[in-house]
Amino acid sequence: MTNTQSYPDTHHDVSSNTILGFWIYLMTDCVMFATFFAAYAVLHNNTFGGPSAKELFDLRFALGESLVLLASSFSCGVAMLYAPRQQTGKVLGWFAITFILGALFFWMGLYDFSRLIAGGNTWQSNGFLSSYFTLIGVHGLHILVGLMMMIVFIVQLIQRGLTGRVLRRLTCLRIYWHFLYLIWIFTFAIVYLIGAR
Amino acid sequence: MIAFIEYSDIFGKLDLNAFKHDAIEASVGISIILISIALVFFLTYKKLWVWLWRDWLTSLDHKKIGVMYLIVSAAMLFKGFVDAAMMRAQQAFSVGDSFGYLGAPHFQQIFTAHGTTMIFFVAMGMVFGLINILLPLQIGARDVAFPFLNNLSFWFFAVGAALLIVSLMIGNYAGTGWVSYPPLSGIKYSPGVGVDYWLWGIQIAGVGTLLSGVNFLVTIFKMRCPGMTLMKMPLFVWSVLNSLVLIVFAFPILTATLAMLSLDRMMGMHFFTSDFGGYPMMYVNLIWAWGHPEVYILVLPAFGIFSEVVATFSGKKLFGYTSMVWAMVAITFLSFIVWLHHFFTMGAGPKVNAFFGIMTMIIAVPTGVKVFNWLFTMFKGRVQFKTPMLWFLGFVIIFTIGGMDGVLMAIAPVDFQVHNSLFLVAHFHSMVIGGVLFGILAGFTYWFPKIFGFKLNEKYGGYAAFCWIFGFLFAFIPLYILGLMGATRRLNHYEAATGWQPLFIVAAIGVCIIAVGVFFQIVQLIVSIKEKDQNMDTTGDPWNGRTLEWSTTSPAPFYNFATIPEVSERDPFWTMKHHKQEAKYVEIHMPKNSPHGVFIGALSFTFSFGLIWNMWWLAIVSLIGMIVCLMIRLFDRDTEYAISPQEVEKFELANKHLN
Amino acid sequence: MSHDPLMDPPQPVEYGNFKSYAIGFVASIALTLAMYYLAIEPMLEGLAYDLAIAALSIAQAFVQLILFLNLTREAKPRWNLTIFLFMIMVVVIIVFGSVWIMNNLNYNLMPE
Repeated sequence: MTNTQSYPDTHHDVSSNTILGFWIYLMTDCVMFATFFAAYAVLHNNTFGGPSAKELFDLRFALGESLVLLASSFSCGVAMLYAPRQQTGKVLGWFAITFILGALFFWMGLYDFSRLIAGGNTWQSNGFLSSYFTLIGVHGLHILVGLMMMIVFIVQLIQRGLTGRVLRRLTCLRIYWHFLYLIWIFTFAIVYLIGAR
Repeated sequence: MIAFIEYSDIFGKLDLNAFKHDAIEASVGISIILISIALVFFLTYKKLWVWLWRDWLTSLDHKKIGVMYLIVSAAMLFKGFVDAAMMRAQQAFSVGDSFGYLGAPHFQQIFTAHGTTMIFFVAMGMVFGLINILLPLQIGARDVAFPFLNNLSFWFFAVGAALLIVSLMIGNYAGTGWVSYPPLSGIKYSPGVGVDYWLWGIQIAGVGTLLSGVNFLVTIFKMRCPGMTLMKMPLFVWSVLNSLVLIVFAFPILTATLAMLSLDRMMGMHFFTSDFGGYPMMYVNLIWAWGHPEVYILVLPAFGIFSEVVATFSGKKLFGYTSMVWAMVAITFLSFIVWLHHFFTMGAGPKVNAFFGIMTMIIAVPTGVKVFNWLFTMFKGRVQFKTPMLWFLGFVIIFTIGGMDGVLMAIAPVDFQVHNSLFLVAHFHSMVIGGVLFGILAGFTYWFPKIFGFKLNEKYGGYAAFCWIFGFLFAFIPLYILGLMGATRRLNHYEAATGWQPLFIVAAIGVCIIAVGVFFQIVQLIVSIKEKDQNMDTTGDPWNGRTLEWSTTSPAPFYNFATIPEVSERDPFWTMKHHKQEAKYVEIHMPKNSPHGVFIGALSFTFSFGLIWNMWWLAIVSLIGMIVCLMIRLFDRDTEYAISPQEVEKFELANKHLN
Repeated sequence: MSHDPLMDPPQPVEYGNFKSYAIGFVASIALTLAMYYLAIEPMLEGLAYDLAIAALSIAQAFVQLILFLNLTREAKPRWNLTIFLFMIMVVVIIVFGSVWIMNNLNYNLMPE
């Protein structure tokens, strides 16, 4: 029985408070990424005589990364479609796919970095590479944190089932994961496709 | 394997040299240590540790957190003020053959620490302290949206301050000015730990600020009591809302820019280096893209406070509520498109300089509207010149002067003459002291009875206000003149032929007058505490206020409202006073205390310290520790407790709540 | 008495449905491949190329926002859209403002 006097108590509207708060945090993250993008935009030609983006980037590999992350984002969304219907098995299954694809994306990013480093092109080489490694690196760190939280929340899901709290946290994770792909669209476009021309 | 872990790796760059300081630095460090020891002894002797831990440090009560912000900020105000006094003393006597008593490196650290302290750890801290205490009360809520995050944000703030204080004793601070432009702040020209202390101090505090920004925004959006639509909110809440929007969109720029500078310094990157394709001017651009919104973050809540104070002490509702709201919204929008005025002289062409110059002039208009509205509120009101109103009068004089010379400097050719001169320094001190600080002090005096249960002594409050106002004028009008005469900022010595010394001496006298003002503020506190029984606020409404915070007892109960108020108009308490609401007692859920904010905060300190001194093991262990604490918190199911309606009724009757 | 939105019962979060996800997924793949194809084929050059890539990425962003993130005009909580738009404004100001300013710093340099 809801007593209108106790509404809005901290107890009740918590779900949408948390999700709104998380959304606002994601907006701040977008501004932070924008700053790194701005730095990249300004520095992308500062190669200090070294090889340019065109010479260094493997567009086909970047396309592969994009499609992998897109698939991961899709599977995350599907996982959460089953969540409010309490179909725990399906949720776990789709999250497993999400995690594997996300981990693959992360590994591909590391591979790309190691390829550049092996060729003598590191973040210490010039302004262009500093901003490149940082932009991609910050995105990669976000992916890593997302993967970590995925494990934590899946553990909580297994422990407690699809409670309100678990549902809320997984929703935040889903939005986060979608956003990381959104940022990647612009990374792919600006850094690889435009920058490498 | 063991050979890898050499003895030197445990301590990184930290060695005994870090503790070598000159006489002045050493005496400051020793004083801090002695005061800390005295505090520890006092707490032990009075057996207050458990109380401190349980009732304050681990509390998730927004009112307690707010008081802690105020205490830390007050301590940092003292530190920043001492920095200012030291600079004035140096500049009054360092002429011609005399080089004063401060060496150049020390002087550089002082002006850097002064700016950083005052902006980040005094102004931000005091504003957040007041917001913490008042925001839920003014909107009829029991707490902020995310109480644990609130506690965590406070500890990040405290850790930032702690890093600055520790830099006085171990190592040294940055000598680059409070915005630390590269290449000077890069690793090549500042190879020591100073800039790293600066970086991590404000990076950590900045994360706290950002989290609070999100927290309070959700609070305002979602937790207003029934009936309180946006256009019925108190103006202080409106000003906070606008400030939070600025925080949420400007602080990430700071986070990213500081990160880039850190990467340059720690990982040899080339964002802002003067070679290898770095672009130092980009730092200037990015840091001010944050820096300009930052000053509006500070001043908007001060405007909000004045709106409350002027309305209450004029016994009238505020003039022009709607235009006040739109003025603040306009200021919020405009503050994102003026930032280049901080570097007109960096070499952009006329189109760019003109655009930003015009925008800067435009932003003064809504501010002017606000000043007139406050004055119109006083007109035909029954004005009582209590201490908060004295601070307001000081604000009108000083802030208006500062605002006008700001518009003058918005004209780029004028700015070319006075950029980085003492004219500029006088301008921004007029805004920050006349605007932000006076607003905070007005708010502190106004809301003191609500926070602590008794009023502050009026007589000493008046003395303090007069000393601050006249002291400020004595300290900064000479600086306006000096700036026009060609004196640049941050000088630790100048030639006698300039003829500047007499003005610097007047400025030093001004600081002494301000010091007397600070003295009166301390006296005011002591006297007020001694006389508190005579000045008890028994009604909860000592000033005949208009807004909801005055409907609770003083201090407010830990759950704020036994019954969430239902409002139907602006200045809701003004109506409620005359039509009492029925008390309906319900079950109340409150958050439990948590130690994890303290632990994560402490670990962020050791994390930063480890990075600063290249003690990598310490940084890694601290990072893992923070993650572990976060996990513990995430797995904790037992974070709230309930108070039954009967218990609420008992609390209410015990406090003799007039309902 | 006018409708007070604060008295509404708590709204469930928009989860979307499988159709929106499937369409979004296919559309995103198509747009990504289109961008890539434009990049490797020498069809467009210079500004036209940049604008085409920008348009395709913004289109994909819309697909993601509407079909994956369900950010529409009716989305609840209503603040989501407002804050998102404000963020876009700030991002545009910072990125394009910074690029404009930093390029303009060459104004006073001698010609090559």
